Amino acid sequence: MSALLELDRVSRSFAVPAGRITAVDGVSLVLERGESVCLVGESGCGKTTTGRLLAGLLRPTSGAVRFEGQDVWGSSGAGLALFRRSVQLVHQDPYASLNPTRTVFQTLSAPLLRHHKAKRGRDVVSKATTLLERVGLTPADDFLAKYPHQLSGGQRQRVAIARALSVEPRVIVADEAVSMVDVSIRITLLDLLLALGTEFGVTIVLITHDLAVARYFGRAGRVGVMYLGRMVEMGRTETLVGDPAHPYSAALIAAIPEADPTITRGKERVALRSAEVPSLLNLPPGCTFHPRCPLAEPGLCDTAIPALLPLPTATGLGSRDVACHVAQRERRPAAELLGVG
Amino acid sequence: MNVLSVRDLSIDYLTSHGPVHAVRDVSFDIAAGETVAIIGESGSGKTTVAISLVRLSPRSARITNGEILYTNAGTTIDVRSLDEEELRRYRWNDCAMVFQAALSAFNPVITIWEQFLDTGRAHGMRDRHTVRERAGELLDLVHLDPRRVLASYPHELSGGMRQRVLIAMSLLLQPQVIILDEPTTALDILTQRSIIDLLRTLREKLGFAMIFISHDLSIAAELADRMITMYAGTVVERAPVRDLFYRPRHPYSVGLLRAVPRVSGALGAVSSIPGQPPDLRRLRPGCTYQPRCPFAVNECGDREPDLVPVDTPAHDARCIRWEAVAKSVGDTSVDTGTAVGG
Repeated sequence: MSALLELDRVSRSFAVPAGRITAVDGVSLVLERGESVCLVGESGCGKTTTGRLLAGLLRPTSGAVRFEGQDVWGSSGAGLALFRRSVQLVHQDPYASLNPTRTVFQTLSAPLLRHHKAKRGRDVVSKATTLLERVGLTPADDFLAKYPHQLSGGQRQRVAIARALSVEPRVIVADEAVSMVDVSIRITLLDLLLALGTEFGVTIVLITHDLAVARYFGRAGRVGVMYLGRMVEMGRTETLVGDPAHPYSAALIAAIPEADPTITRGKERVALRSAEVPSLLNLPPGCTFHPRCPLAEPGLCDTAIPALLPLPTATGLGSRDVACHVAQRERRPAAELLGVG
Repeated sequence: MNVLSVRDLSIDYLTSHGPVHAVRDVSFDIAAGETVAIIGESGSGKTTVAISLVRLSPRSARITNGEILYTNAGTTIDVRSLDEEELRRYRWNDCAMVFQAALSAFNPVITIWEQFLDTGRAHGMRDRHTVRERAGELLDLVHLDPRRVLASYPHELSGGMRQRVLIAMSLLLQPQVIILDEPTTALDILTQRSIIDLLRTLREKLGFAMIFISHDLSIAAELADRMITMYAGTVVERAPVRDLFYRPRHPYSVGLLRAVPRVSGALGAVSSIPGQPPDLRRLRPGCTYQPRCPFAVNECGDREPDLVPVDTPAHDARCIRWEAVAKSVGDTSVDTGTAVGG
């Protein structure tokens, strides 16, 4: 059986005033039904562009996007429309993504009617009610007539999720979906998204800059780390967070401040060779992390682009893929090589 | 010795729907050289308190009660009583505010050098060479290349560089107190880390006191000596940093700590706080946290509890159930070595 949604060596470049940048460079990603996957990385790493490629909002410059085995950009327009409806994007900012002049009911009924998921009258009210119940906005009657400004940030984000669910998607791509809501309620929103996966088999891709959020959300799934447009590591979340294989993942995890004074003040750091992030307009040759990487070797890392490959270990193939010449050659994760594992 | 003492501070925002009681009876002290983190969610009043310390509150804000006492070289003044001229001096020479590194914190049409020069001149640094020299030293301190940065316009710098420039600029007049509003919120992880390490080094070198306002507990865990938890406009807990993380005694502090997932160690029991903060226009009698509180009993609705000493004289909580909280939470550093929730 083919994967639900697949990026196959997908690249996407954009024209900018100073030239051309490749925001996503040869990224491959296979999503199965009902799984939860996180994409993490810093600004400019291409995670948002990857999300838009997954959602069919951007056409790749090269490579293929396949939905249930079908190349969505190669097929006729009808296939693309079905694909786009099957993959819904939930934005970071529910203030911006909900129309302020529409009530919750209007926001939910429009897609229900347009995509023939409900009939006018009592049916659409009942379907909108069910959607609100599914995202935990109960009693739904209290919310149907409200405008976005009458809701809290968390409630607005729930409405945005309900709207995404209205077209019965197979995949939801949530781009920084919790970063704008208060810390005290982030976990319930993440739990809500996870429940959509376990209860309805929806595949959820969460895009975040916050590794703690990724660890919580992806604890039963996988996480991918992106750097300057490339996927540098992909693996089971607990393995990746506990024992990162790529030196960039290791540096990120070591740098994260933690909500625990003893742990955070005693953390081992990874000293980078440079604090400067290279410009996408002028990427270094070979591995783009090599100018900052403490493991970089001249003649190796600055010449060839490392492929994302399973990390071999003493016991065979490991449970994660890593794009690092040194880790692959040493058959050991970078965290170990750097002494921060 | 305290450099700042806030006493019974109350602030309302006047709105078309009536006054919003954004800050109610807030008191705390900041000792010389000390770092205090004020934590809480949006609407907790933490930012309103912070900007009132330098009297940069918006027009709609009214201080309805209280004092903000600032002490320098044995002389104490009430910041509320300063006239425009005195206030201008106080703002940079005594107490400087560092805003989030948004572009809006700068004048977009002049170079960083001109921003330094304007600030210096406005505060009596007549000689441009003195300003140039001091700006150079400070930019060196924050690990920026003065020659390159001074010639740049704000938009030409990255978010992390802008935050460094703002920190350097805040130190121009050698203030005793620096207030930082969410100093790392919009920054990438590696940049956050470098700003945190930078603040730690600067504090050691220059000995200023820091107050920072954050919803991010991890920055507080990194830098704070003491913490203040605010909820619904008032202080609900004050404690040395380790007491707050390992022995919290207000249920809201407990809730906040449990709401944050960890990267290191066990994932632990993480959960959100149910419900929402109260409407600050119509506060009901009793504890403001009661509707969300798992420890609440009927008595909690009678009157707002006082801030009372708990485990130690340095640790206060505004909760009549703090002993029940203590029994349930205990001391997490003893058996697990990790903070509540971890």
